[in-house]
Amino acid sequence: MWNIVDRLARLDRRWIFLLMLAAVAIPILFELQFDETPTQQARAVFDEIERLNPGDPVLLAFDYDPASEGELSPMASSFVLHCASRKLKMYFLSLFPVGPQMIEENIQKVILPDFPELVYGEDYVNLGYKPGYEGVVKVIMTDLRQLYTTDSRGTNIDQIPMCQGIDNVQDMKLIVNVSAGYPGVKEWVQYAVTPFPDKVKMVAGVTGVQAPFIYPYIPRQLRGMLGAIKGAAEYETLVTSTYIEGTPREIYQEGVRRMGPQSVAHLLMIGLILAGNSLFLLQKWQRKL
Amino acid sequence: MQGIERYIWTLLILFLLGGAILQTVWDPQQSAGRVYVKQVEGVWVPADEIDRAAGIAEVSLLRSTGLWISALFTLCIFSFMYRDNPFYKIAEATVVGVSAAYYMVVGFWTTMIPNLFGKLFPGLIQGWAMPGLSPEPEPGSWTYVVPLVLGIMLLMRLVPKVSWISVWPLAFIIGTTAGLRMVAFLEADFLSQIENTIVPIVAWNSSGLFDPWKSFENLLLVVSVLACLVYFFFSIEHKGAVGGISRFGIWILMITFGAMFGMTVMGRIALLAIRLEFLFREWLNLNLV
Repeated sequence: MWNIVDRLARLDRRWIFLLMLAAVAIPILFELQFDETPTQQARAVFDEIERLNPGDPVLLAFDYDPASEGELSPMASSFVLHCASRKLKMYFLSLFPVGPQMIEENIQKVILPDFPELVYGEDYVNLGYKPGYEGVVKVIMTDLRQLYTTDSRGTNIDQIPMCQGIDNVQDMKLIVNVSAGYPGVKEWVQYAVTPFPDKVKMVAGVTGVQAPFIYPYIPRQLRGMLGAIKGAAEYETLVTSTYIEGTPREIYQEGVRRMGPQSVAHLLMIGLILAGNSLFLLQKWQRKL
Repeated sequence: MQGIERYIWTLLILFLLGGAILQTVWDPQQSAGRVYVKQVEGVWVPADEIDRAAGIAEVSLLRSTGLWISALFTLCIFSFMYRDNPFYKIAEATVVGVSAAYYMVVGFWTTMIPNLFGKLFPGLIQGWAMPGLSPEPEPGSWTYVVPLVLGIMLLMRLVPKVSWISVWPLAFIIGTTAGLRMVAFLEADFLSQIENTIVPIVAWNSSGLFDPWKSFENLLLVVSVLACLVYFFFSIEHKGAVGGISRFGIWILMITFGAMFGMTVMGRIALLAIRLEFLFREWLNLNLV
């Protein structure tokens, strides 16, 4: 027995990698899925958007890039689906250089096929990317035109119908931020929500790494938060069950679909932690004998 | 690594790579490793199964090459899990190089052109690069000479003899950033977080009845914050009652770190899942269900 314990304790880390690869790959290949029950946080985000009236301006800040697309694109798609279904005016922008491509991808995936009646410039606009990190947030909170003179297509902002009457971000009824890190949700809370607590409301979707650092802002500085792919799957379930009849398209099930590999991989992790600790205790016992 | 294990790994890697190549060659649907496109109003767009069945789709050599490059780079990055190797280094260097170049170009076209030269020479920039820009100079736009001069001073870093000049704009950047962040941090993270911790220990629900669960939540929040603060208070020796509270603080911190680890794992698995989804679905067209 002690021979097996010693061999397992010295097991090459590559076998663990292979196990993890199998734990993620097999559920993907066999499309293993589990039902998602929305938690209070996902409901808070959903309710905040539900409270808005058709035509209300909403700022969708998509601060992420392909590196975190796996976690964040399901919640970004769900946000766009929800806002478009509620007939809200969507103002997209990004503090990430590759953010405009993420915005464009969501427009192509969600708005163009499912909401062809929405008109660019009247119902939604892509203001694009501006470098300057939190400096951008600070400036556009008081004067949007100081940084955004044109949209991402080069059209003068004053010639875009839905931008007329919008002087700064305080005119938005809600900020929806999808954040992969810096600059992102923390900077929006610091420079947009906290200085204007009575005027600016915000909900966010963040990566798993960020989530523990953002929880302290809830609920006073942040109305609700979707944490990682789990939060995305819950919110996706809420939006699709409310606004889509029948089976939703594949892109509206990405979050739920990715929870299959998550669950199996987490079970493996728990098993490995238990196995590692058991081996440690067994070795300790062996040394005492 | 033992000799036998090395053979097992070599065979396993060859088996997986060989299987992938065979799938792209003998895919019954002729979809693996290929990207189909169709022409709509003179524009090439991605084609689906229906377009292929209708005979209006054709293989795009350029996009298929992109698909293969993307798949091979993913495998190159994955190869690091076995050991550091030249394939991984090539992929890593490519990512760094492409990102740096992309940031530079995006920064030039989204900041230098509209926010600096567009303010100083609006007529010239409108005629050359941004037709949407107003040709009339804004009042006070001459002040943009200051950031232009600071920018040139920063570039002096590249000339060894006068590199000291770059210290001045650098000092300006550090000073303003520190000032900006300090105020935001004090407001959003320090004062607001203290405020968020001041909650009623005896909570009442909307019907005016005692809410035991909310009360417990609030009590736990206050006690946990105080216990963690005691743990970091080193002016008193952690003995007796102080020691007990400090130990409780450690437990709270450990639970927090555990939650952070769990969320991080979730994020990393989501990233792995999306790359495997890409390899299985978009590259290999594997459909086992």
